Amino acid sequence: MIEAKTYTSTRNSCKLCAPLGASMVFKGIEGCVPLIHGSQGCATYIRRYMISHYKEPVDIASSNFSEESTVFGGSKNFITGIENIVKQYKPNVIGIASTCLSETIGEDIPGHIRHYKESHEADGSVIPTFIHTSTPSYSGSHAEGFHNTVLAAVKAIAKHKKTVETLNIFPGMVSPADIRYLKELLEDFGMKYVLFPDFSETLDNEYTAEYQLIPTGGTPMIDIEHIGDSKATIEFGTSFNKTVNRTKDSGSLQTAGEWLQSTYYIRNHQMQLPIGIETSDKFIKTLEEISGKPMPEKHRKERGRLVDAYVDAHKYVFGKKALIYGEEDFVTAMADWLKEIGIEAFWIKGADFETLREKADEFKPDFLLGNSKGYYIARELKIPLVRVGFPIHDRFGATRIHHIGYRGTQELFDLVVNALIDYKQENSPIGYKYL
Amino acid sequence: MSNIKNRTDGSNFSSPLGARGILLDDRQKQVSIAGANERTIDCNKASLAGSVSQRACVFCGSRVVLYPIVDALHIIHGPIGCAAYTWDIRGSLSSGPELHRLSYSTDLQERDVIFGGEKKLYASIIELIELHNPKAAFIYTTCIVGVIGDDVEQICRTVEKEKGIPIIPVQAPGFQGSKKDGYKVACEAIFTLVGTKSKPFTPAKSINILGDFNLAGELWILLEYYKKMGVHVNATITGDGRVDDICNAHNAALNVVQCSGSMNYLAKMMKDEYGIPSMRVSYFGIEDMSDALYDVARFFKDDDMMDKARELVKEEFTRLIPQLAWYKERLTGKKAAIYVGGAFKAISLVKALRLIGVQSVIVGSQTGTTEDYELIKQLCDEGTIIVDDSNPVELSHFVKEKQADIFIGGVKERPIAHKIGLGFCDHNHERKEPLAGYEGMLNFAKEIYATAMSPVWKFTK
Repeated sequence: MIEAKTYTSTRNSCKLCAPLGASMVFKGIEGCVPLIHGSQGCATYIRRYMISHYKEPVDIASSNFSEESTVFGGSKNFITGIENIVKQYKPNVIGIASTCLSETIGEDIPGHIRHYKESHEADGSVIPTFIHTSTPSYSGSHAEGFHNTVLAAVKAIAKHKKTVETLNIFPGMVSPADIRYLKELLEDFGMKYVLFPDFSETLDNEYTAEYQLIPTGGTPMIDIEHIGDSKATIEFGTSFNKTVNRTKDSGSLQTAGEWLQSTYYIRNHQMQLPIGIETSDKFIKTLEEISGKPMPEKHRKERGRLVDAYVDAHKYVFGKKALIYGEEDFVTAMADWLKEIGIEAFWIKGADFETLREKADEFKPDFLLGNSKGYYIARELKIPLVRVGFPIHDRFGATRIHHIGYRGTQELFDLVVNALIDYKQENSPIGYKYL
Repeated sequence: MSNIKNRTDGSNFSSPLGARGILLDDRQKQVSIAGANERTIDCNKASLAGSVSQRACVFCGSRVVLYPIVDALHIIHGPIGCAAYTWDIRGSLSSGPELHRLSYSTDLQERDVIFGGEKKLYASIIELIELHNPKAAFIYTTCIVGVIGDDVEQICRTVEKEKGIPIIPVQAPGFQGSKKDGYKVACEAIFTLVGTKSKPFTPAKSINILGDFNLAGELWILLEYYKKMGVHVNATITGDGRVDDICNAHNAALNVVQCSGSMNYLAKMMKDEYGIPSMRVSYFGIEDMSDALYDVARFFKDDDMMDKARELVKEEFTRLIPQLAWYKERLTGKKAAIYVGGAFKAISLVKALRLIGVQSVIVGSQTGTTEDYELIKQLCDEGTIIVDDSNPVELSHFVKEKQADIFIGGVKERPIAHKIGLGFCDHNHERKEPLAGYEGMLNFAKEIYATAMSPVWKFTK
């Protein structure tokens, strides 16, 4: 990691805005419709961005601010918005994310929610559960938005009655395939768990024939309530929502796992995203400790095959250089994994793509590893781009990529090895049929 | 469904749309069906809060229109989202500079919101001008800029003096209306350039092309046609657009306006200020495409030009008709749903689909006008659903009800169609195949065929 030369402007931003991260979390709650409290464009742009990655319908409502709401407050539009969502979608939960606009004019969203409840409880209508998160886009990126929303949901919903043998797992911004893998792993361990947020189905659904207004799947609300009863939490990440200096709430920001530990004394195991054998071993060891059971045979074999694959292909990756980018938690995990297989990783904290492109001339990377937005750099440098993470807008199958655990590492390893071999083969004067 | 009312305005509305509780009360009048006795739908309304509109905002409208000006800087003043989501968003090709494909933002932080973002904006514009040496810079203001009180116009004037290039504020806070209001904002920004420079010589028979954005190189197809006819194209606004050409746009004899929703306002201002007449055309489908050529020849009252146009059309028809007939034979009986940004485009699509045997059963747009919808009502077969500013709930319901086979729309409509087993044709602004002109008509037919005839549908039945 090196420090970036600072430009005043941001040139081809690497980060996205906080309400996008919030929307992802809300999509991971069963029966939930997200509402972005701001201008119409915020919801539409975020929908478009997510649809292009997940290739799934992503319905996000907007309170559609007008000039009037900006001057006199958005209460009226908020109430109308909720009423229309209830009419059209009949959701169990409405997840509300604020925006730069609603935060700047000082909207009192909890007040609006109270107002809505008061005026609708009287007439006997069904009131959905509300979860509200503060996500001004001038404070942090989509990663902050994501983790702040996980925290907001846990704070609002989780209760503690009695401690039970359940594990909380907060995987962060991983792919639907990663979430499915985690669920399989925990089931193989025979563990009871609450995984939150679970968008493995809502954002990677089967063909349904009918338009599901709210796609099936998501962490059930009852499970989120029981998060406070669990005996332990595992959360993936090291930087979470803590990479920005905020003037508001500064110093009080916690992760969901930290909050549960300080509030309900639930032991929190915070660890880097398990990418690579070493970090995956650490994750599995934690699961063994919590469950009191050894790693299931199926997964021991997956690890074994991964080691075997490392050995078989080690020469093709050793000494190579990778330029990596994306969310900080994702990048630090990738950097450690690459080191594990002998690849030198370069990344720049907080950099935009233009800075990366300029620095790439000094790094001379052999390949890029990250989302699809770095493609133009790879194209300019005529080197491979291994597409991982979010967003992948120019390919299919982003939801099916595994990144974590032995299985994810195996998939990433094969992608990287083959990208390097493909590059060499393509650029060979003779071409060849064997390695 | 006690909270959804049936229609009460007494008009002949036999479709069970309202009765099934699909439409929200406040959207009843934005949906109707084609037929002589039917009412033209309401439009030009703000999207209903909570309705999951497919529209974006004022900023989006201004951004998409100005985006294809390739030798200008486009700097977005505000927090990061607006810039991030519009980076390289349109497939507007350039024959030269590619400045428009870069995304610049002042990336306002919490402290800027408190203390103001003016210094940051000033420094950003200066450093980016020094880095890229652009012909002009467009400075987009987003939602919070007005609220925090940054004087963007003053900064633009200051930099303009220092750097000697036009620095144009684009006042586009998202909440100040709809996407369509953003078109107007963009027109105003363009208009500040028009008439500021004159090239030494602009031929008498010259036109400006307004409202083609050179998606997948469509503009270049049109340029070829007009060149064959002996028409000089002066400024292209904004596809493959150049600042200097726009400055000289007032020297053209005629504005030829496609995408009228976005560009009519500019054409009107140019008429009022410089007396330049305009005509509305469409380049989608072979009828409308041919009219676009004939109308220009007719305007210049030039027989030679008209002969060349006829020759061109004849040549293209000879080549195309047999090929289109092949598609028509196979596609006849298919039903299509259209939901696109502009209604004028929707009108051309209805005609183009008819040419290959496909019936349009739903026609809608995000930003259509009363005249557009009136035209659609007359053009479409009786019973066709016509809708303004629709949403996923309505669209998914309409296509089921009308048993559409194919959906023609943009990125946000694609997963709706696919999830319920409909073919899909991209008519969005990031498409990679040109759909305009004669060549475009053939591509369109190919694409409709490819999606309608794929063997994968047997697994979705």
